[in-house]
Amino acid sequence: MAIFVDEHTRVVVQGLTGSQGRFYGLRNRDYGTRVVAGTNPRKAGTDVEGIPVFATVGEAAAATGATVSCVFIPAPGVHRAVLEAAEGGMELVVVITEGVPAHDEAHLFNTLRRDHPGTRLLGPNCPGIITPNRCNIGITAGEIALGGGPVGIVSRSGTLTYQALYELKQAGIGVTTCVGIGGDPVPGTSFIDCLAAFEADPETAAVMLIGEIGGSAEEEAAAYIEASMSKPVVAYVAGLTAPPGRRMGHAGAIVSGSKGTARAKIDALRAAGARVADNPTEAGFLMAAVVAGL
Amino acid sequence: MDLLEHQGKAYFARFAVPVSTGGVATTVDAAVAAADEAGYPAVVKAQVHVGGRGKAGGVRVVPDRASARAAAEAILGMSIKDHVVRAVLVEPATDIAEEYYASFTLDRAARLHLGMLSARGGVDIESVAVDEPDAVARLHVDPVDGLTDEACREWVARAALPEAATEGVVTLLGALYRCFVEGDADLVEVNPLVRTTDGRVLALDAKVTLDDNAVFRHPEWSEYHGTQELDEREALAREKGLQYIGLDGSVGIIANGAGLAMSTLDVVNQAGGQAANFLDIGGGASAAVMANALEVINTDEKVRAIFVNVFGGITRGEEVANGIVEALGRVDIAAPLVVRLDGTNAAEGRAILARHESDRLHSRATMLDAARTAVELAEASPAGRGGEG
Repeated sequence: MAIFVDEHTRVVVQGLTGSQGRFYGLRNRDYGTRVVAGTNPRKAGTDVEGIPVFATVGEAAAATGATVSCVFIPAPGVHRAVLEAAEGGMELVVVITEGVPAHDEAHLFNTLRRDHPGTRLLGPNCPGIITPNRCNIGITAGEIALGGGPVGIVSRSGTLTYQALYELKQAGIGVTTCVGIGGDPVPGTSFIDCLAAFEADPETAAVMLIGEIGGSAEEEAAAYIEASMSKPVVAYVAGLTAPPGRRMGHAGAIVSGSKGTARAKIDALRAAGARVADNPTEAGFLMAAVVAGL
Repeated sequence: MDLLEHQGKAYFARFAVPVSTGGVATTVDAAVAAADEAGYPAVVKAQVHVGGRGKAGGVRVVPDRASARAAAEAILGMSIKDHVVRAVLVEPATDIAEEYYASFTLDRAARLHLGMLSARGGVDIESVAVDEPDAVARLHVDPVDGLTDEACREWVARAALPEAATEGVVTLLGALYRCFVEGDADLVEVNPLVRTTDGRVLALDAKVTLDDNAVFRHPEWSEYHGTQELDEREALAREKGLQYIGLDGSVGIIANGAGLAMSTLDVVNQAGGQAANFLDIGGGASAAVMANALEVINTDEKVRAIFVNVFGGITRGEEVANGIVEALGRVDIAAPLVVRLDGTNAAEGRAILARHESDRLHSRATMLDAARTAVELAEASPAGRGGEG
């Protein structure tokens, strides 16, 4: 099963003809992902090492059966690219691009929520999603991931996602799916979306959650874990000793109150029954103990 | 990017948000001239990127030229929460009838815009929000719909602002919302938002945080670069495209990725040490990037040891290791280096590091071991670089 993507997933890469899109699109294909199309309105009809390029996502989908797109378009074009993917019928749009303005993200998220409820956005500014041995979409190095389950991973941080995959591989523990949701202010997919999907996935028996300071996503995840998760959760939150941000106004503090600090997040996750590690290595050990007890 | 009050007001004015206006001065003579221009009584306000200037004595009402000079002399050059005041804004003193609070920001949890409005402005609004949550009227705005006039009027009524202020506040909030969205701000905040005794509604202060990600569509923001407060090292790091924040400890940190960098700070702390900085070199870890990072940290005399924490993903371990060795050849590093290299081809990378192992370069297999070693080295070298003189 795994969540969101598997070996049947057909992927169109928006920006396949650019340097980033080409590099990672081909890497994803080499991994075994069905990268079936790319888009570029000025290069329709050409191909990138055998992958056909179409003018739009809609045309690519009609010709190849792609249902997932991966976006490597520069930040100014991301808003339009995601809407094009949604209008082209994509079920999942993975945006790797970083540096997308917060107002674009907020507008995009709410436009999808209203007009394209069948389209899930992952990112922006995320490493992507990998179901090891079956499908790798984005910039994760596939070789650091061990497949087969029983652990699902969801993470807000890029490099800590890789660290988590690697720690589990060292311990001989496989992963069903690893989702990097990205750390931007308005992520298309939340911790809760992934926790719910892992809870429903029969192959996933435990979940590792990697959070970081800022916002209240970990606190919301904690509330969800307490109310709705039967599977064990191991968590790590980075930034216990991070310097406080330089903040001018009061609005942020009024909105979040005491939320947002690593301490508040750790306390909330512990209170919800999650096992919380002090560092990524310990998270691997805690998960090994959980898996051994399954 | 945070704007100073006078920059924020100019930004507000671009979107027709009514503001009090005055003159900006960086010298005492210019401040006195600005006060003459404003007329007396005038108000002299410190321009700093930090709140709490009123309590710190950074805002003074001056009845005449002599007191304007005295105020400018006192405020220019004073330090407010470690921020040195380099400019003052001098405005005509406003006859205030009432003070309110208004802001727009993003509610990350709801993934909607959030407006907050209170009839209790001018005071410590954070305490008001805690002690009397009902005194702050909140309004969620769907970014697709924007702020409608109808919703705005209902909101102002809910905030229990007096009748006399309603029209002015509704108009101001509409303009302020446009400034927030079209101006690509993370935050616009007015405290106090005032009604004057002659019935005008205007922003007496302005706090604006711009979204750095939107700079590509705001070439006009380049005018603010000169007033951003960065220390020399932060400026050097920014020039080199690195994310650097200076801290107080003795262990320099270089990591690839913000999450891993934060995690590195945590493990140094768990090993009993303190980080001297946060430095994220981004995804790759080439020799050039590593050399740049080492150069930046090398200018920090507090640093007694440097912890390089790199996870090789697509950049393979041997490339990372060669990059570190090459960077060490380019930069004359004062403090010893402890490298933890993990991920793709970590074994090959560690083999390269092992061949160059010395009292200046230590390789450790895990984050925790590397943190312990870095902390030990930092503590064992009290003379270090800083003690040479």
